[in-house]
This record gives sequence, C-alpha cells and structure tokens, in this order.
Amino acid sequence: MPTAVAEGVFVVRPDGARLIAGRRKQDGEMRFPMPTGPEADLYEPVELAPEGRLWSFTVQRFRPKTPPYVGDDDDRSFKPFAVGYVEFPGQVIVEGRILIDDFGRLRLGQPMRVDLETFPTSTRGQVATYAFRPAS
Amino acid sequence: MTDVHIVGAGIHPFGRHADKTGLDQGVHAVREALTDAGLEWRDMQFAFGGSSAAGSADAALPRLGLTGVQFINISNGCATGGSSLLSGYWAIKSGEFDLGVVLGFDKHPRGAFNADPEASGLPRWYGETGMMLTTQFFAMKIRRYMELHGISATTLGRVAVKAFENGAVTPHAWRRQPVDLETVLASEMLSDPLTKFMFCSPAEGGAALVLASDRKMRELGLSGPRIRGAAVRTRPRGSFEVFAPSLDVQRGKSPTELASKAAYEMAGVGPADVDVAQLQDTESGAEVMHMAENGFCADGEQEQLLVEGATRVTGRLPINTDGGCIACGEPIGASGLRQVFENVQQLRQRAVGRQVEGARIGYSQVYGAPGLSAVAVLEA
Repeated sequence: MPTAVAEGVFVVRPDGARLIAGRRKQDGEMRFPMPTGPEADLYEPVELAPEGRLWSFTVQRFRPKTPPYVGDDDDRSFKPFAVGYVEFPGQVIVEGRILIDDFGRLRLGQPMRVDLETFPTSTRGQVATYAFRPAS
Repeated sequence: MTDVHIVGAGIHPFGRHADKTGLDQGVHAVREALTDAGLEWRDMQFAFGGSSAAGSADAALPRLGLTGVQFINISNGCATGGSSLLSGYWAIKSGEFDLGVVLGFDKHPRGAFNADPEASGLPRWYGETGMMLTTQFFAMKIRRYMELHGISATTLGRVAVKAFENGAVTPHAWRRQPVDLETVLASEMLSDPLTKFMFCSPAEGGAALVLASDRKMRELGLSGPRIRGAAVRTRPRGSFEVFAPSLDVQRGKSPTELASKAAYEMAGVGPADVDVAQLQDTESGAEVMHMAENGFCADGEQEQLLVEGATRVTGRLPINTDGGCIACGEPIGASGLRQVFENVQQLRQRAVGRQVEGARIGYSQVYGAPGLSAVAVLEA
C-alpha cells in the first residue's frame, strides 16, 4: 500500500476504508477532512459510514492545471475521471474522486462505497487516496 | 441620507488584448466614464478600485493624476467590482463625500483559473488530486439542480445561444458571433453536463462608474440612474460553494439569496418590478439557478421560460442583455462593474441594438469564489 495522501484523512478497517471527518464540539457541525493545526482542538474525529448515496457528480474531461494538480500524466495521456459528492446520512456530504469506467451509469441517489485508489503523482510517486465506488 | 446616482459610465471592451495591460484597460474605462460625465479626474474626491490578477488598482494614479485623492484598493474575490460599487455608494450615502469613481480591471491567463488550496484554507491534497476546479463545482451544482427541478441540457444550450445573440450586438462584448443550439450542445464536453460553449472564459477588460450625490448631480447639471439598493453577502452555513471538500447535510440558503433579499428590501422593490437583469452566468447553469435565487421565478420554471424566449431582449424578463460573462468573458475585477455599466446603458436608453423598451429598474448580481454575491438595484 503506497503512503496515504495525508495523515488522518481515512483509516483502513478489516472490512474496508473509512473517512475521518471532524465534529465541532460546540455545535456538532461536521466537516471533512478533520481540521488540522490549532483548529483541531475544537473538533473530535468521527469515522463516517462505509456507504452513502451519490448527491451530485460530474466528469473532469480536461487535465486540471498544475499547480495544484500533480497527476503524473500530461494533456495527451490524461484520462477523464468522475468526481462527485456522497451524502453520508446524518453525518456530512463529502467530495471525492469516483471509480467507474462507464460514466453514463452514474445516477443521483445511488449507493456508493468508500474505497482507496492509488494515485500516481509527479511529485511524490504513488499515493493512496480515498475514492467512491458504486456499491454492488 | 442622500441618494446616490451613477452620472458617468465607461468600459474597455472585454476580450483578449495582447498589446494592453489590465491597467491600460482600467485607465481607459475611467477616462471614458469621466468623459461620459463631462468631468475631470481632479474633480474626484474618492476612488475605490480592484483587480484580481492585474496588479494594484491604485497604479492608475500616476496616469490619471496625482491629486492626492483618497484611493482604496478593493479585493473581494469575484465580487470585487460589486464591492467597489458598494464602497463608493456608502462613501456618498454617509455624507462624507459627494463625487467619486469606482473602477475594476483584469487580465487573466487562458483556461481555467489556477487555484491555490492553502490560500483558501484547504489541504494541499484537495488540489493535488484534481478536485479544486471551479468548473467542477458549477457542473455539480447544476447537475443536482437539473435532477431536482427538471431542467434539460437543451435549456442550458438555450441560455448560451441567447448570450451569443446578445453579444453579437454589444460593442463591449468579446464573442460577437451568434452560435446555434446544435453547435452549443455538440461542442466539447468540459465538465458534464456543461460544454465548452456553455462556459465563460477568463478574459480582460475594464469598467468604471462615476458616482455622485443627489445634490452634487444637480449642482453640476448632470443626470443618471439612482442606486436604490446594493448589498454584498457571503456564504451562510449549508450553502453549496466552490472549493468545498464537504457540505453540511442540513442544506441552507445561498449568498445570492441573502444579497438579493437585502438589496430588494433597501430598494423597496421586488423581482416583479425589475425590467432588465444582469445575472452571474459563469456558465449556462449558473444563469438558470440564479434566475430562481434572485426571485425571478420558482425552481424549475426556467425550462418553460427559456422555451418561450422570456429572457431574450424582447422577452418579458430580459437577462444578460450584453451577453453576460458567456459572451463577454470574465475579468474578475471588472465583471461586476460591467453588469452595472450595461444596466446604466439600458436605463439611459442608449443600449443600441439591444435596448429593452422603457426599462426603468435594472438589477445586477455578481457571484463567485469563495462564495459571495453582490447585488445592485438601479432606477432610471
């Protein structure tokens, strides 16, 4: 397993990956990722459910600008990818890359599972990041 | 408190100008606004100005005249122009000044904007893995809206067709050629469901307005639309904004809904009173959603309104009569002032080729990163 894209973004359990959000102690507002630095004191980490529902999505058809994008592809080798928001009911709605070959099969409301994806970068080799995959 | 009027308006055509800096275009707009009012730079008691990517707005001073005038640089994301207008409005309304200028200009590189995660308080990986793009946000916002409210891709296409139709007859527009529906829909898909011709592009341009108190305007023998209401509002909890790794499950209002409500209240008018509107159309979907967020229709009614041509210059609710951002491009510092410039043309009955008959109330709304909206309501 390559190194994680950042510490504290997800955790791997025996039955799969979980995202780590932060719940603000004062009012219960949840956000992802769990805040870092001095802000972290105001939040407590919360593992999100393994599955949620697709809230919205699009397909990134052109290579994002570098910086900030660090994919080890170029304009010619870039492969479009889907990206979307998944709602974890009662918790928070999280944005992530989506693992799917046929973009035409994505539908709002469909069940999505948290998974991990190996993302090749031009700056620090392969990293592991979270992604969503249609739940079978 | 005094009323505030726009007694002069100037613009440098939007588009690409290889031989000019952003500052050149801003100075051009100020000179044109002063000429329009028949005034000199030395008459100005204050200036508020901004640019996002073309340097400090007060770099215009050595060219316009080192008169010692109070000049304040404004930087407020995509609402920079709207914020300059609001600042000038308050400066006069407070009674502190009675004549001044607001200006905005910009010059951006081609293609989508480069975003810096850390400047937005976001983790680096968010940008590194390809999620920090304004284009994705707009696509995902309209995708969900289309599902919930029955908006078709054809409607998105019609918005762009109307923009190019208006741009074709607007001297300050960048895209001056009509484009048909099939071409819009068949153009390159950039971020589903939005195609290339549905998006605006970063561009260049400048816009400036001369503001005066009611008393000063009369004293100088000038005239111009009155600013009846103006407001800037930022994202409330539960809104859906650019660059958001997560959203609250409790959904809330948008900054546009808040700014719109505040401006209508100040103005003492409602959406039904508006004769012509300039709404943020970063892409076709934004115009569709902003029609509802600004109170011009209920969610979903846009589908039928676009079929009827209600938002064309000849329709019952003309929107983006100069082609909006889709036909003019979006130089951030100037974009909000371009909308107000267009409303001034409309209310002064000098929008040749695109004049809305008898327009008396003009409405403008600029929206953008990091989640704020600026609205202004003018009366002829």
